[in-house]
Amino acid sequence: MNDFLNVALPKGRLGEKSYEIFARAGFPCDALLEPGRRLIFENEDAGVRYFWVKPSDVAIYVERGAADIGVAGKDILLEYEPDVYELRDLGIGKCRMAVAAPAGFRDDTRRTLRVATKFARIASRYYASIGREIDIVHLNGSIEIAPILGLTDVIVDIVETGTTLRENNLEVRDTVVPISARLIANKASMKFKTDAIEKIAREIVKGGSV
Amino acid sequence: MTDWTSALTGDERIIFTLRSLYARYGYMPYRMSKFEEYDLYGKNKEFLVSDSVIAFTDVGGKLMALKPDVTLSIVKNTRDGDGHKLYYNENVYRVPKGAHAFREIMQVGLECIGELTQCDICEVLWLAANSLDAILPDFVLDVSHLGLTAAALDSLSVADDVRDSLLKCIGEKNTHEIAALCSESGAPEEKKNALLELISVSSPAAEAIAELEALAEVFGARDAVEELKRTLRVFDGSGFEDRIHVDASVISDMNYYNGIVFKGFLRGAPGSVLSGGQYDRLMKKMKRSSKAIGFAVYLDMLERLYDDAQPFDADLMLICPPDTDPAVLRRTLDRLIGEGKTVRTAEKVDPEFRAKSVAKLENGEVIPLE
Repeated sequence: MNDFLNVALPKGRLGEKSYEIFARAGFPCDALLEPGRRLIFENEDAGVRYFWVKPSDVAIYVERGAADIGVAGKDILLEYEPDVYELRDLGIGKCRMAVAAPAGFRDDTRRTLRVATKFARIASRYYASIGREIDIVHLNGSIEIAPILGLTDVIVDIVETGTTLRENNLEVRDTVVPISARLIANKASMKFKTDAIEKIAREIVKGGSV
Repeated sequence: MTDWTSALTGDERIIFTLRSLYARYGYMPYRMSKFEEYDLYGKNKEFLVSDSVIAFTDVGGKLMALKPDVTLSIVKNTRDGDGHKLYYNENVYRVPKGAHAFREIMQVGLECIGELTQCDICEVLWLAANSLDAILPDFVLDVSHLGLTAAALDSLSVADDVRDSLLKCIGEKNTHEIAALCSESGAPEEKKNALLELISVSSPAAEAIAELEALAEVFGARDAVEELKRTLRVFDGSGFEDRIHVDASVISDMNYYNGIVFKGFLRGAPGSVLSGGQYDRLMKKMKRSSKAIGFAVYLDMLERLYDDAQPFDADLMLICPPDTDPAVLRRTLDRLIGEGKTVRTAEKVDPEFRAKSVAKLENGEVIPLE
């Protein structure tokens, strides 16, 4: 198990795009894209093993050494601050973390701003940086309905195309931070599987993915 | 003399091995209370791995804490001006990074406090490498010098918040964000490129020092690189050379640490198992005139490295009927244990218990059972 380079990929479109980059970089494993429910795939010749995991769990697999490297969104890295190396910006999965509010919203600075988000740490840090007092309401999904129902004044969430916001009569007020997928590595693996990890990082740059 | 080693768990073996190593180098054992005044941690929160501390009020109304860290207590409780070479194995109580609850963590480490000569620094680094080697010879000790890191950041002439972000990126080997931050803040191109080169340095000391010497000229950090080079000479001819790496991504809080900093990794452990460095700035903050360097080995990181699981729970399960004569039982057990066997007595066979063999005690005789 340990001789392989273990790679945690986020399930879904971002994971498939990430795999294409790894495959182009010389680490293919075609079985990965076959339909089915398998979660672990190996290519013995390339010495690589891929896992499909929930996108928000990639950083945990890598930080705890179950995976040597992985692909995680910058949002997850900022929110959970895992103790990993962030080796490359893969330049895919581009979106932004933004503040959104109902159209026409006006921030009343005499009151504490109520913010619904999945990303409490990112939101707290952002509002601390601009000196605004907030009350975080931590939600796990359907964040957009919080201001509509009066639960909060604004939301802090990932915005890709903005379609969901528009359909819920919300508009982007501020960009908190741009987001994209990053190649991350376990700190100990980087010491003991240096050549393989550096090869992938180099090939990714050569492949023109960043 | 009784051989206790077979009775020790993996972490107990490591603790005794390390204690014996430090004692051989003249370090003295240091015992301390589990409690400390909360104020000590309140004033030095950034020095702690996590800022959560278990606090309680003692009978006199004083706010106390269960120790989340050992170094602060040692600095506080040792007399300033004297030289101290101390080692400890203590439980600390804190929330590990990424966890959601307090844990009791066994920590073994040493502190060298005093004038701090080059020899002291070399000795501590040598003991750090030997600590790793004693646990598992397949180790890497990453070493850097914060003087070099500080000079590199100074040379960029960026605002404090950008500097903090850059330091974090250095620790993550995050070249893309360093490049972006430097460009946004108008840092000189030459210095930016040199910083990117600096954090890509991660190789055995012999190779790395040559690269650092060239970069030291760019950053005006010749003294720091010279000190690093001199310190690493302790490993010349030691057989450790390939395992001692210079890695500029080793960072620590610059409000507390300065000079040599290091982190140790073992194959099979997911993160660094040893962490240390020179912390003169902490000493100064605590109004001490001495300098200091030390390190800690985190035993919680080693749990998965050793396999304490035994195939059997005992050599023999001895079935003793309820009417067994206690004197006969005692004599039989004395004899079996004297022969070096481990024996579990039971009234009937316990299928959950894994014994190499099962026997019955009948009329003073041990009769093997299938």
